Amino acid sequence: MDGFLSLFEQYDVAGAFWVNIQLTFFAAIWSLLLGTLLALFRISPIASLQWFGASYVNIFRNTPLTIILAFGVLALFGQLVVSLADDFDLNFFRLAVLGLSLYHAAFVCEAIRSGVNTVPLGQAEAARAIGLSFLPAARLVILPQAFRGAIAPLGNVLIALTKNSTVAAAGSVAESAGLMKTMIEFRSDMVIPIFFTFAMGFVIIVIPIGLLTTWASKKLAVAR
Amino acid sequence: MSAQQVLFDAPGPKAKRNILIGNIAGALLIVGLLAWLTITLAERGQLEPAKWTPFLEGRTWEFFLLPGLLNTLRAAGVAIVTSVVLGLLLGIGRLSHFLPLRWLAGVVVEFLRAVPVLLMMIFLWLAIGAAGIMRPQDIPFVAVVTALTLYNGSVIAELVRSGVEGLPKGQREAGMAIGMTRNQSLRSIEVPQALTAMLPALISQFVVILKDSALGYIITYTELLQNARRLGVGEGNLLQALLIAAVIFIIINFALSSLANRLSKLLSFRTTGTTKKENVSNVVVADPTNA
Repeated sequence: MDGFLSLFEQYDVAGAFWVNIQLTFFAAIWSLLLGTLLALFRISPIASLQWFGASYVNIFRNTPLTIILAFGVLALFGQLVVSLADDFDLNFFRLAVLGLSLYHAAFVCEAIRSGVNTVPLGQAEAARAIGLSFLPAARLVILPQAFRGAIAPLGNVLIALTKNSTVAAAGSVAESAGLMKTMIEFRSDMVIPIFFTFAMGFVIIVIPIGLLTTWASKKLAVAR
Repeated sequence: MSAQQVLFDAPGPKAKRNILIGNIAGALLIVGLLAWLTITLAERGQLEPAKWTPFLEGRTWEFFLLPGLLNTLRAAGVAIVTSVVLGLLLGIGRLSHFLPLRWLAGVVVEFLRAVPVLLMMIFLWLAIGAAGIMRPQDIPFVAVVTALTLYNGSVIAELVRSGVEGLPKGQREAGMAIGMTRNQSLRSIEVPQALTAMLPALISQFVVILKDSALGYIITYTELLQNARRLGVGEGNLLQALLIAAVIFIIINFALSSLANRLSKLLSFRTTGTTKKENVSNVVVADPTNA
């Protein structure tokens, strides 16, 4: 037990989780912005933008995240010398945020689109029947329902993003998966306690997010 | 309803003209973006033939890409079979009428779904290595398959459960009415229909398994991404090698996704359940049906 506790003095476990939380936080913001823009493209009546949105989603949703993050370090940084910061570590961190955002934006886009799809056609017809034009109908009737319908799928994306932030290990970011590897390599007598420490860390982060978004999606659900 | 129908009315002459203008502006923007990408790549010497010709040579495919792809498909194929088996076992456990079993299956599913696959993979890789019970060259494969099985088995368990719970109550009641026990009706009436209903979601999950097999790259499994990297380091064309690997993944996954979409339309009359592609709640403990 003493040996187990001394691990925490030797290695900065909380710091590694903090990196994952930061990755998640920044990637969540960027992917939400990009994903919303893509969703707008896909639901717009403009064919070229629809095509762009659909192609983006199909390409990024079907590419392994590991390739995208490895691409950031090996191709963007290694071959094209793209630099997002002067500091070496910060550069890798930002490349990882970029990769995570590009990948999850595709899922955010689909989550928002599925939210719009939960709105029955009759709602739009009723809005037009009482004389609302496009913008008031969208603002007052359709989008409020669509956002509520999108909460649960967006929560799923956020949970996936939190767990996927560990893949940043493939992008040379020092985060919890990498630290767990180092710790196990140096203390192979404590493989199982070390794994469960990190696993429970994720359980503690992920389950409240799930509970919160499930609660919110039910609380705000549109009764139909 | 489709988003288009909800948001937009059938366009009149003025709206049609606006859409046309928007269309042209959008197309110009996309062409501009693609042109900018191409010019940037060309300026940095990434479009030179020397960087791309290796992919026209037989040895590139024979020694790097095809063996890598084969290993990817092998890991994904085995993991698909084992995770369906684990998923059925856990899913039926979650539907059991024996409370401790249902509770245990719920906790296991919740835990496996919350832990990142990569953590499990690294743990298994190092733990099996430390235990010294296996030939070192087999360990990455076993770790990849086991980690994928544990995670995706728990997701499939939720698919089985939500598939059974998505069936109309009358199905079970009919089974009971002709004298079946609850387990018999579960086995011969509900689960088979649930399997049909969940097939599209199941195939989407196979895409996840195939994509996540690329995590094996981090634990030195020689799958497609790993081999593409080796090739790129050797030829000095990492960017191109990774792009080709990504394209191979995209083609296979796109085919699987299209199959899932087509099946969800085809199968909807074969079951009384709903054949949606994604119908899993995000947390098991918050699911009221798990009381």
